[in-house]
This record gives sequence, structure tokens and C-alpha cells, in this order.
Amino acid sequence: MSAARTTDPAVRPAARFAARPAVRWPGPVGFVAVGVLLLVVAPLVLSPFRLDLLAKYLCYAIVAVGIYLAWGRGGMLTLGQGVFFGLGGYAMGMHLKLADAGEGNLPDFMVWSGVETLPAIWGPFRNPAFALVMVVVLPTVVALILGTLVFRQRVRGAYFAVLSQALAAAFVILLVGQQGLTGGTNGLTNVQFFFGLDLYDPTQKRTVYYVAVGALGLVFLAAWQLTHSRFGKLLVAIRDGEDRVRFLGYDPAVVKTIVYALSAAMAGIAGALFVPVVGILGPADLGVVPSIEMLVAVAIGGRFSLVGAVGGAILFNYGSTVLSEQWPSGWLYLLGGLFIAVMMWAPRGLAGLLADGWAAARHRWPGRAGPAAPVSPAAATEGAATDAAGQPAETTVGVGGAKP
Amino acid sequence: MSGKLEVRGLDVVFDGFRAISDLDLTVEPGELRFLIGPNGAGKTTLIDVVTGRTRPASGSVRFNGQELVGRREHRIVRLGIGRTFQTSVVFEQLTVLENLDLAASFRRRMVGLLRRRRGVSDQVSRALDTTGLTDLAYRPAGVLSHGQRQWLEIGMLIVQQPSLLLLDEPVAGMSRSERDRTGELLREVAKDHTVMVIEHDMEFLRRFASTVTVLHEGRLLCEGTVAQVQADPRVQQVYLGRAREETTESLVQEASS
Repeated sequence: MSAARTTDPAVRPAARFAARPAVRWPGPVGFVAVGVLLLVVAPLVLSPFRLDLLAKYLCYAIVAVGIYLAWGRGGMLTLGQGVFFGLGGYAMGMHLKLADAGEGNLPDFMVWSGVETLPAIWGPFRNPAFALVMVVVLPTVVALILGTLVFRQRVRGAYFAVLSQALAAAFVILLVGQQGLTGGTNGLTNVQFFFGLDLYDPTQKRTVYYVAVGALGLVFLAAWQLTHSRFGKLLVAIRDGEDRVRFLGYDPAVVKTIVYALSAAMAGIAGALFVPVVGILGPADLGVVPSIEMLVAVAIGGRFSLVGAVGGAILFNYGSTVLSEQWPSGWLYLLGGLFIAVMMWAPRGLAGLLADGWAAARHRWPGRAGPAAPVSPAAATEGAATDAAGQPAETTVGVGGAKP
Repeated sequence: MSGKLEVRGLDVVFDGFRAISDLDLTVEPGELRFLIGPNGAGKTTLIDVVTGRTRPASGSVRFNGQELVGRREHRIVRLGIGRTFQTSVVFEQLTVLENLDLAASFRRRMVGLLRRRRGVSDQVSRALDTTGLTDLAYRPAGVLSHGQRQWLEIGMLIVQQPSLLLLDEPVAGMSRSERDRTGELLREVAKDHTVMVIEHDMEFLRRFASTVTVLHEGRLLCEGTVAQVQADPRVQQVYLGRAREETTESLVQEASS
């Protein structure tokens, strides 16, 4: 607190407002570097099998961007992203299954289930444009309806979390129960073609990987822009003091609903890409446990950091692949333990630990911080996040006195 | 100038407890009105009702002739009514500038909010100057001292250009010099806004108040100038009856001197 009075070299009176945070080059440069790594290096270095896995991780990274927005920025603990992942995935999967089956034929699982005519819901999905639109529209609309109902009633915190998780559980029950319509427990399997690309051919399948990289890039940029816009600031304000925001003349319910829907749309896109990447989509990929895994990945990477969330999703799923191959029984325990450890000792996740380490290093060897770079205003802001690390997003700021 | 507040027949009940009963109150446009009363008198509750935070059991609150009861909080703000809270709430993770900018942007459309802030608007810049927070513009609001937070809150109110400001104990916990500065700030603000202030600090009251309304147990006890109110025997009794009340001593001293 006392630091407020000390003169801050970064805010010289003469250049008060000129002292806008300078454009920081690590952002764009890092973005391009990772882009090159993913688009050029990875396809050269990795085997088709590994590249497939990476594409799957990228799908989860797209979900992570949405969770970062909803949870990290907006304080909405979304425990049911699997629903939106599934809605997008099934919209895509239905089209691909119909395309695979060919004109006039039924998808394989329907034949096995004894379904004789194509269910009415499936019909429109023969049209690729319709399916692509539905990939985004279905999850968005469901989230908009749910968000409007829930956030207007000021349901939040653990109640919202439980509600979103219940939705995931219900969704799975629905899918499993409708064997002839959804493929039941198996889901949609053996997807072979993706808009003319033979997914069994590694060279053709590589295109799907590129699409996933591109989608992640776009979603990342969108989230980046949102975070730095006024809307993003408003979102943080709502996270930290929803009641106060009301008295600034904003309707928090509207903002939260929009962001929830956006995160749902991102999960939908991820699900849609998951289908051609993995070739299978079933209830096991989008129930309660996968939904929690999506969230845990973001928590470990760092939910307050966009890069942290994306990195966390990729690392976590990589770890999941490696460990669950070698130690399948232990993975779930490790997962739970890791989540608890992160929430208790590093609520800002790996990104937070790295930022702290970097700050400590700069403090120790100030010479390396570069010329004339005292604590930049932007860095100071992030420092505040460090200060509040002990009381992360769910801290609801009580408004007013103790009176009812 | 607009900004007329009319409270008529207001009743507020919390689980059987009457926080406000049959209250009538009028604040004229451009007035700087002080609201005092012992704890539990219903001062904050009144502000809560005006701003839509609490629903009254009955009665009406009109602002420039428009009924406020039943409107949602943010709609009331959009009619031009702003408030602060007893415990100041600023967004600690945002910078001082971002706090002010967010407050100033509340009439923008959602799509407009999706753009980044470019530069600092005149309004925000002026508010920074008025509140003396210019040098701290790029610091997170979390590092502000108590007094600075209160000013930031007032600044956030000013940039919204409300026609009625409701301030809940704006100088509580402030140092003497901070109090004086706040007083000047309020006087400045009151020039072209209607202001209603809840305050306990008698010295502050004496220096800056013109009209004072005294509430007691949810009812209007009396209304008048500072001198009139202090001379009122009912007011003395009310405050004497509650010896722990912070204002008692000063009020009684004041009245007897």
C-alpha cells in the first residue's frame, strides 16, 4: 500500500499519458514463432501418428481458450464444456458419417441398430454448409439459453459449476440412450473422409492438422483481442466485483452470457475438428470426466493467462497420453493430486510460476532486463495479479456494508 | 438542472424488521443533502432502495418524475443515478485508468466495447486530475491507499456524469487532510449535480452541509440546516440514547456550546 506514494519511474509527470504501455514485441514474435513451429517444424519432425496426437491436443487447446475466457477472465467455473465440445463434434460427425455412407445410404451404426429410415434430425446435416454452421450455432444457442436463465437469476460460483456439470452428465445419458440416433455408447466411429480428404492417408490427413493449427490461431487472436478490449476489462471487473459492476450501469448477466456462449462456440469448433482428427467421437469424450480434464488442464497451465491455458492444454494432454499408456491406473490419481496441488499452491498455474521466476530473475540481475526498462505499467498490472494470487477469481467482492 | 428525487410513503421490511417506515423525502435539483442518523436508522437502506439494490415493501421513489422501484440496478444507473459504497469497491486488478475508463464507457454499445482503449478521453483525464490520481493512472487500483480508493470511486462516479450522486460515508476512515480534500471535491461536484451524502463526521458536516436530514429507526426525525438540526431536542435525545454512537459526543457538545 505504501508503495503507492513512492515515485514510479515509469510514470513521469511530463509524459503522463504518453507513458502508455509500449507495444511489447514478445507477444507478436512469440505468436509467429509458435506458428512456424507448429506449421513448419512439427510436420517435418513428427511421425504421422505423433502429428495426429498433436492435432488432438490442439483441439483441447481450443477448448482451453474458451475456458480461459469464461473461467480465468469471467470467473465462471465451467465444468461442462464437454457438452459444447460434443454438440460441435456431433454436428460435424453427423455430416461426415452421412458423407461416408453416400447418397441414400444410412450411417453404419444405424444399419447395425436396425434403423431403416434416416431420422429427421439427420437430414439437414447432409448439407456441408448447414453442418458447419451448426458446429458453431448449436453450442452457442444452448449456452445463450442456459446463460440467460442462470446468470439473470444471479446463479454463480459453485452453483453454476454444479449446474454446468449436471448438464454434461445429462447430455451423456441422452446420447447413450438414443442408440439409433447417436450411435449410443460407441458414438460416431470410423469417420473416413473429411470434405474429400481421405483420413486414412497420412499426407491427406495432414491438412486436417493445418486446419486445427489455423483454428487455434484464430481463436487465440480473438481471445487476445477480447482480453485487451474494454469488454475484457469489464469481464475482469465482473469476475472481481459483479455487484459493483451493476452500479456502473452494466448488466453483468449479458456480459457473462456472451462470454459463456463464446467459450461454448470455441468448444464446439474444437469438437468439430476432433472428429476428423481422431476419427471417433463418443460419450466417453464429452462426459463429466473429460469436461473436468479440460478444466484441470487450464488450471495447471494457468487460467489467468491465455498462453498458460493453451500451453497447459497441450502439455496436460501430452502427459495424459504418455502416462496413461505406461501407468493407466495411476493417471487419474495423479490428475486429481495435480489439480489440488495447483489450486492450493499455485492458483495461477505454470504460467504464474514462470512469471514469478522471470520477475525474480529480473530482480536479481536487473542488467538483463534491457536498457531503461523499469517496471513498465503493463508489468505493474500483472504484478497486481501476483499480489492477489492468494485470492483468485472466485473472490466475490462484497459490496456495501454489513447491512442486508 | 434535473435531478429531483422524491421518496413517498416508503416502507422497507427485512424479515419482519422495519428498516424504513413511511418515509417521505424530497431532494431538490442541485442540492447537497446530508443524511445522518444513528446506526440502523435506515440511511444505507434508503440509498439501496433508490439504486435498486433493495426492494421496498411499499411506497414510491421517483427521479425526475420516473418511478425507480422495480427497475434493475444498471437501468437506474443509466437514468443518471450513481452511488458509492461504505467500503469502497474498486477493481483491484485493473489500473486506476482502466477503472475510470470502464466507468466512463457504460453508455457504449457492447460492440463498441470490443475495441481497445486508445488513449485517454478528456473526461477521464479530467477526473484523474480532479481526484489527484494522475500519477497513479497506470498502477493497479489494488495498491491505492484507503483515501485514494475513495477518491477513485468518486472519480468513477463523476465520469459517469450522473445527475444524482449518492455517497455512503465518503470520508469514513480518512485522515484530516484527506477529508478536507474530499469535502472540496464534493462541493465542486455539487455545483452541477444533486448530491446526497451519508456522513457521521460532524466536523465535516458542519463545514460542508447545507441541508441535513436526520433519520431514526427508519423514520424521518427532522430536516433543516446544521444549526437547526443540532438544536433539535429530539435529535439530541436520539443520539444521547445511543452513547456508543461515534457522533454523539461531538453532536452534544455542538448543541450545548
